[in-house]
Amino acid sequence: MIDELLLTVLLTSVPLILAATGELVAEKSGVLNLGVEGMMLMGAVAAFGAALVSGSPYLGIISGGLAGIATAAVFALFTLGLATNQVATGLALTIFGTGLSGLIGAPLVGQAIEGLPEFHIAVLAQIPVLGAAFKLDIMAYGCILMVSLTAWFLASTRAGLILRSVGVNHDSAHALGYPVLVIRSLAVLFGGFMAGLGGAYLPLVLTPHWAEGMTAGRGWIALALVVFASWRPWRLVAGAILFGGVTIMQLAGQAKGWTIPPQFLSMLPYLATIFVLVFISSRGRNYFGAPAHLGRVFHPTR
Amino acid sequence: MIFLQPRTSVPLYVTLLVPVISVLATLIAGGLIFAVLGYAPLPALYEFFIAPLSRPDQFGNLLVKACPLIIIGTGLVFCYRANIWNIGAEGQLIAGAVGAGGLALSFPDTTSVFLLPGMAVCAILSGALWAAIPALCKVWFRTNEILVSLMLTYVAALLIDWIVRGPWRDPMSFGFPLTPYYPDAGLISALHLPFIGRLGQLHWGVPVALLIAVAGYFFLSRMLGGFQVKLMGDAPRAGTFAGFSPNRVTIGVLLASGGLAGLAGMIEVSANIGQLQPNISFGYGFTAIIVAFLARLNPLAVIVAGLVVALAELGGDTAQISMAIPKVVTGIFKGILLFFLLAGETLTRFQPVWVDQTGKFSKKGQKTI
Repeated sequence: MIDELLLTVLLTSVPLILAATGELVAEKSGVLNLGVEGMMLMGAVAAFGAALVSGSPYLGIISGGLAGIATAAVFALFTLGLATNQVATGLALTIFGTGLSGLIGAPLVGQAIEGLPEFHIAVLAQIPVLGAAFKLDIMAYGCILMVSLTAWFLASTRAGLILRSVGVNHDSAHALGYPVLVIRSLAVLFGGFMAGLGGAYLPLVLTPHWAEGMTAGRGWIALALVVFASWRPWRLVAGAILFGGVTIMQLAGQAKGWTIPPQFLSMLPYLATIFVLVFISSRGRNYFGAPAHLGRVFHPTR
Repeated sequence: MIFLQPRTSVPLYVTLLVPVISVLATLIAGGLIFAVLGYAPLPALYEFFIAPLSRPDQFGNLLVKACPLIIIGTGLVFCYRANIWNIGAEGQLIAGAVGAGGLALSFPDTTSVFLLPGMAVCAILSGALWAAIPALCKVWFRTNEILVSLMLTYVAALLIDWIVRGPWRDPMSFGFPLTPYYPDAGLISALHLPFIGRLGQLHWGVPVALLIAVAGYFFLSRMLGGFQVKLMGDAPRAGTFAGFSPNRVTIGVLLASGGLAGLAGMIEVSANIGQLQPNISFGYGFTAIIVAFLARLNPLAVIVAGLVVALAELGGDTAQISMAIPKVVTGIFKGILLFFLLAGETLTRFQPVWVDQTGKFSKKGQKTI
């Protein structure tokens, strides 16, 4: 019972971790992309379509990631190429992605695919309770790998340092000769790739169907998660498991007849994020690794 | 390399052309997407933008759909003019609907004419209260209002979900998540036009919405408060030197836009639904953001912009039935429209100029540095 519960918590947190890791990198470079939900939906519909047509869920993974990149490219074109407002463009991206995925997916409704198989890691999967963490699918393991790589890239590589410097002060980075817009574009595309993968996880692992708007607000939770984790990759994993755990607690709570309404548990991620935001801002921005130029439009000077 | 060179002056025709070109470009881009996905583009555009108006009563329905967009859009114009990014109007709308519903459901047997105005006041207060959270967080802790107002939208959605399933649920609703119906005194009645009579679902909320937009226009263009709002958005330093308080403007525009969103929520429920249910708005709070941009942050233009965007919404309903595609597909048009409007915004304020490697403008007649 308890290991099944743990398994479900881990499964629910994977799409959050994937999407939030991508958004974290984009935000570290100074770009606030509110289009995560739209990119996830595009990833989900592309993954489902590819897996349905080809019969291979692995092609679904690739297709989901590519669809995320393509959607993010639209965002990069407008916010970076045409210097549009990031908040409004991100909202437009979510509205657009929700609509386009609905149109693409309209003929796919009601069909089912073969999901990704589980990989049991030899001896470790036998461990009672904690063994659940070793009975996952290839994307869940890959997700931890991506977080490790992201954490290493941001903290320990020269390129990561440059990316962070662009997010802290784009004018200084520009003056030092770094190509601000190129770096931000790459970060946004990476964010799209990861959001696409996060979306792909839903039809490939969680429910083998396509339904319009199937991400059900996970993109917004991923966005909240990045702030909640105060822009640190490993805290993000902890936060995602916590948020995923909250979702599962509601279901378990309903089954056991708890008196606390499930809606209040669902509010927790959002309320927690607001508290973290207030806490961060009251302590001064840079204290918590918040990118100082987050969401600011960059106009290159010569 | 292309650089964006700030324009010193923007001709009026550019200001007027940007929304028109954006709408036309949206139709073309949307048609292309439909074509790529194997739908015949012209019939699809017909279903979305012409078929909805093929019956006279649909004009009434268009105004009804535009009503919340105009009210919320007017409030958002104030926020965005002051450079305050309230994107949580959807949550403030829900808060307003809940506040008004609370009053209506407390007096189930009343026939008093004061119920409806009372509900409007409750709605405005609840919406303003919901918007006061990001406002106070911003003023006290300098917390980013974008994320706080956005997060509160989801909190509000969950709150109304709990209310209609839990404490306020109608015991006679057979387990459906619905509150009892409001008393008749708490409903907004249909509007009878002279010579025509009833036109679709047209109700008294629509003239109220038009009035709000006009009042908003006069406040913004003719009164000191409106001047403060614009000044704080365009030149906050100059505003502080003039003795205006940035905090008061922040709180003022957020409370105003929250209150208006709340009022829109109350009108939506009292005119069209008659009771609270988990989904009372189809993203009007988000769609109104597009309306505000399409109107180029001018309250009078919000009326026209609201009608244009409402047409796309109405088209979504039509296409859902005739083309068997989900209602959200209308988001393709709404999203692209906002993309183009934002790009147009940049191109009116900046001029793209081509600069070669040596840093000189290639365009003749420009100053070289």
